[in-house]
Amino acid sequence: MQHHLILRVVARLLLPPIFLYALYVQWHGDYGPGGGFQAGVIFAVGFILYALINGVDALTRVVPPRALILLLAAGLLLYAGTGIATLLLGQDFLDYSALSHDAVHGQEWGILIVELGVGITVAAAMTAIFLAFAGRSASVEDKDW
Amino acid sequence: MLQALLHQLPVLQIVLPLVAAPIVAAFGGNGRGWMIAFATSLIAFAVAATLFAEVLDGSVISYHLGGWAPPIGIEYRVDILNAFVLVIVSGVSAICLLYARASIAAEVEEKNHAFFYATFLLCMTGLLGVTITGDAFNLFVFLEISSLSGYALISAGAKRDRRALTAAYNYLVMGTIGATFFVIGLGLLYMLTGTLNMADLAARLTGYGDSRTLRMGFAFIFVGIALKLAMFPLHLWLPNAYTFAPSAVSSFLSATATKVAVYALLRILFTVFGFDSAFEANVLRLIVLPLAIVAIFVASFVAIFAEDLKRMLAWSSIAQIGYMLIGIALLSHEGLMATVIHLFNHAVAKAALFMVAGAFMLRAGTTSIPDLRGIARDMPWTSAAFVLAGLSLVGVPLTVGFISKWYLVQAALTQNLWPVALLVVLSSLLTLTYVWRITETIYMREAPAGVRRSEAPLSMLIPTWIFTGLSLYFGIDAGLTSMAASRAANALLGASNLFWQ
Repeated sequence: MQHHLILRVVARLLLPPIFLYALYVQWHGDYGPGGGFQAGVIFAVGFILYALINGVDALTRVVPPRALILLLAAGLLLYAGTGIATLLLGQDFLDYSALSHDAVHGQEWGILIVELGVGITVAAAMTAIFLAFAGRSASVEDKDW
Repeated sequence: MLQALLHQLPVLQIVLPLVAAPIVAAFGGNGRGWMIAFATSLIAFAVAATLFAEVLDGSVISYHLGGWAPPIGIEYRVDILNAFVLVIVSGVSAICLLYARASIAAEVEEKNHAFFYATFLLCMTGLLGVTITGDAFNLFVFLEISSLSGYALISAGAKRDRRALTAAYNYLVMGTIGATFFVIGLGLLYMLTGTLNMADLAARLTGYGDSRTLRMGFAFIFVGIALKLAMFPLHLWLPNAYTFAPSAVSSFLSATATKVAVYALLRILFTVFGFDSAFEANVLRLIVLPLAIVAIFVASFVAIFAEDLKRMLAWSSIAQIGYMLIGIALLSHEGLMATVIHLFNHAVAKAALFMVAGAFMLRAGTTSIPDLRGIARDMPWTSAAFVLAGLSLVGVPLTVGFISKWYLVQAALTQNLWPVALLVVLSSLLTLTYVWRITETIYMREAPAGVRRSEAPLSMLIPTWIFTGLSLYFGIDAGLTSMAASRAANALLGASNLFWQ
């Protein structure tokens, strides 16, 4: 893609707004449409665009596959960990009211943390799926069938 | 403290394997993954056994997620029926994981082991979730967790045979159609009632009467689950999936995945729609009963002529699901009891048989039947386990298979359906034929000259014999299983009047 000057420049211009918009969708999920899943997808779109323009190798230099796996796990653990924290605080699983001194704040914090976990996992999963397809090395040979 | 722990058990049943899965995926290299997975499955089994003991007297545990009371919030609801299935799923997981260590080391590439065990845990989470939840949409979510991880587990057999990939892909297509049908049906029911909680759905549908929307909803849900449980003629994904999956996975899925789908069917048929729905009774009597009988005969015939041991066992699974469906279609206490007891009995017998196939795969490198000639000389313990578990499949007295066929025949006879009873007994002859065929090959044929195969390692023999032993023990003393099955059938019959505590 080195010779596509326009594509490279436009992509470079687009990347920051894409990430910013993903973060907006993530944190504004309380008040408007949005939330972790949508934000995660938009965030991954930034990475995928980067790989489309600069190549898969450039992307794996930015986010190594190992980091993606750790992020995948971390997001789920953040979600489930919130639930376990509420258990340890003496409430039912994912009863966010236990997270703060009053129930309303607890519910707000709880949903923010949980959605962050969703966002991290979805972004990492989308990027990992893209890498799994784009980074395929060997194809299936005829004799394998 | 202990009281608080007991109160949280229903959610811990799901959360423990769910949390263990990402930990294994991230840090499961160098054999740690197996250890974490095995420890988790043991704890899950302990949790399930405690829940089972708590509800054995017929009480119902209701757990509200996030403190939101049903029908708004998601409810986990444990009664005798699903506690019984929870024990089966978690117990089979634990024993299969014990077996998996040596088997998977040989059949799956080293770099994929951590992912394999993480996926195994996710599959287990999904199956336990389907079983424990009292919310119909939540059931769908867990069904998809278990199915998606199931496809991945089957495709893990690709190192041995690349056809595992197409088998997994076919299963993915069929399974996704099934899941879609389930959601469409659920959407129709939601349109009618405005609720997704099963007990609430049941209560609202009781006074609803009949309408085309309701019938469509029922039909979609029924076909969706029938795809998942491989009801004839929707079974085509199953033989390849079980043949090409890694042996530990074949053993695990054959003993749990279709069983959990049968459980989901029981729930939808009897808890949500209730026993008195005339449309449901017609479907069961006029469509499911004949199809189940055809399934038993067709699948058994195919099994007789199968060239591969694992493929034979897979077709035999389709036939055995036929017996469970007959029990459901009889629409009586005895019939349901036969189905529930056969859930357990078939799970232990088929798990043992697939484990034997895995041991042959490990030592002989193949499960092609002609290549297994005379293997009993080299692997006496494994072969003996095959014969005993095979006899249980046939339904010989003093094995679990006899118990379930006995109840099934009795249930058919009390309704004067003697042709059904006769066919069930006759089909045992077919089962005997394919079990005998293997027995003859491994015991009485000369082994190929110059081939010696050593006995399977202890870590694989012990799980195989645990299942074989269970299939003998509960064939001689069926007190616990038949009591649980009888109470579960009672709970299903009286399900329409269940309400939250």
